[in-house]
Amino acid sequence: MSWPNAGGGRRSPLPDETTTPTETPGVEEVAVVPVSANAQEILNLINSELGAGVIEAIPLFSDVVVRVRPEAWRQAAEVARDKLACDYITFVSGIDWMPAPKEEGAEADGDTSTPAQPTEMTPGAAGAAGRFQVFAHVQSTTRHWGITFKADLDENDPHIESWVSVYPGADWHERECAEMFGFKFDGHPNLRLLYLPAAFEGHPLRKDFPLLARVVKPWPGIVNVEGMPESDSPEPDSPAAATTENPGA
Amino acid sequence: MSTTGTPAAGSTSPDFTIDPGSMRHLAQAQVNVELDTGDMILNLGPQHPATHGTLRLVVRLDGERVISADPIIGYMHRGYEKITEFRTYPQVTTLINRIDWLSSFANEVPFVSAAEKLMDIEAPPRAQYIRTILTELSRIATFLLFLGEMGLQVGALTPAFYGFRDREHILNLIESATGGRFHPNFNRIGGLKDDLPWGWLAEARSAMQVVFDACDTFENLVLGNEIFAARCKGIGIIPAKLGVAYGVSGSNLRASGVDWDLRRDGDPYLVYPELDFKVWTHPDGDSFSRYFVRLQETRESARMVLQCLDAIPAGPVMTKVPLIIKVPAGEVWVENENPLGQMGYYVVSKGGTGPFRVKIRSASFSNISILPWLLQGVYVPDVVTILAGLYFILGDIDR
Repeated sequence: MSWPNAGGGRRSPLPDETTTPTETPGVEEVAVVPVSANAQEILNLINSELGAGVIEAIPLFSDVVVRVRPEAWRQAAEVARDKLACDYITFVSGIDWMPAPKEEGAEADGDTSTPAQPTEMTPGAAGAAGRFQVFAHVQSTTRHWGITFKADLDENDPHIESWVSVYPGADWHERECAEMFGFKFDGHPNLRLLYLPAAFEGHPLRKDFPLLARVVKPWPGIVNVEGMPESDSPEPDSPAAATTENPGA
Repeated sequence: MSTTGTPAAGSTSPDFTIDPGSMRHLAQAQVNVELDTGDMILNLGPQHPATHGTLRLVVRLDGERVISADPIIGYMHRGYEKITEFRTYPQVTTLINRIDWLSSFANEVPFVSAAEKLMDIEAPPRAQYIRTILTELSRIATFLLFLGEMGLQVGALTPAFYGFRDREHILNLIESATGGRFHPNFNRIGGLKDDLPWGWLAEARSAMQVVFDACDTFENLVLGNEIFAARCKGIGIIPAKLGVAYGVSGSNLRASGVDWDLRRDGDPYLVYPELDFKVWTHPDGDSFSRYFVRLQETRESARMVLQCLDAIPAGPVMTKVPLIIKVPAGEVWVENENPLGQMGYYVVSKGGTGPFRVKIRSASFSNISILPWLLQGVYVPDVVTILAGLYFILGDIDR
């Protein structure tokens, strides 16, 4: 049988695309991917409606990532809902771009349980000005497209306008984001803790918050696991590499 | 029935305390105070059987009527978004198995395909077919439990036994293919751990007949039952627009008449573009229509499995991947239509062996965020029906 849609992604050309997308992962290469008709329409609408509020807007796989100025955060939601038919809220969350501080002795004693963390701060798709970003995804149930919005937050006083008045479903997502990252959502009706107990201190999803389980008790597998062959990995074409799964799995 | 929250307000007014001539009014006020039922705070849960885990609902009642409901979640918060930052990509699939534990296989697929997208690899066609089959089997298993248990919540014990009995056929299939009844952990980045065992396809074919029969049974036994209809029709109505704005997804949203299914409308994934299936909707948006939509979707899933069994190609189930999986830097949003609704992962990679940040968007979290609105003004017995009809898994809420 034919196999036009192999793979979980949009590898094969869509009916409305004439060129074959050659999607290469990576932030820099994304911009050269041929833009689908949907993404182009979103980009045009976003740029015309939000104007100076947009810092950067790029297509990313089948979606569009739009980085807006913090002042335009709530306006972006209104534009998405009213002009782009994005009636569905997927999530609101945050990112801490600062790499986690390297723990003393981590990975030195053969502790392969924790993957190597990046050492320097690099921004993601559509860029980032500082450490904290809030990002949200909205979708259209009629046009079947989605947009990711991002906005930079001040590191010392991270706050941004709430989306609850635009999307009521943003309520719990913002509460979760607030407790996990310590962001403030101005205009949120009820910004109390969602998951965490009342006496909890700190914001767990910040990168400088350690994974406490690993601090309290070292990884038990440390005694009986061989070091992973980090440097001399086999050729990807060798038959052994083709089917062997990661021993850490 | 009075709805004032402060029953003592009338008696402390100075008008009734000074003038002896107004003593009669004072007595009247006292009677009003005694007749006022006042508010009662009722804790549903954390261990109520209708909650599939440890959801606590703080309900303010006026008599039998709910004034306000406040879901307290987090009793089972396991911090998966944090832990994923300390695990390698293959290790993460073990964690996300535990998010929605009734359809674990379906949880793995979007995460694995997110990593595959970033690595620019594809699973072979046979693996795609097996993934589709197992995803649909998870859906059938999840829904068969719902179809039986929804009856249980309105007081009918029999359907629950049928649901558990027929689900066992599906779980046996999943177990014989993957080795795990609930937590298969069968997906690998680039394919699957193993091929299907001998005779599995024939067994799956006969199990689908069991599913069709089970659906007929539930249709006669539950959907056609007068008492069930009386308990569920017109109860817990979610208007389409509001449901969408709250992020309600999946069968719950389709039961409100929104014709939106990611298997058909989303980014093409697995082999769904190849399959012929109908997206069922219902215009009413009440608990009854949610039952109806899930019943029909169970049939559609069984039909999809049969189509996949007919078309499954031969070949390998694993593509070539390096021994140590490193995912190139980048970020991607992948969403799938899971049994409970839209499930997606926003994966940010920095080029290492583990993800830098994973935002897990689980269906039940948004589905029950509408509860404070939905439960206003309903009666206590209907709270249980609405909770059962929304059908959430606590692991899917708390993550």
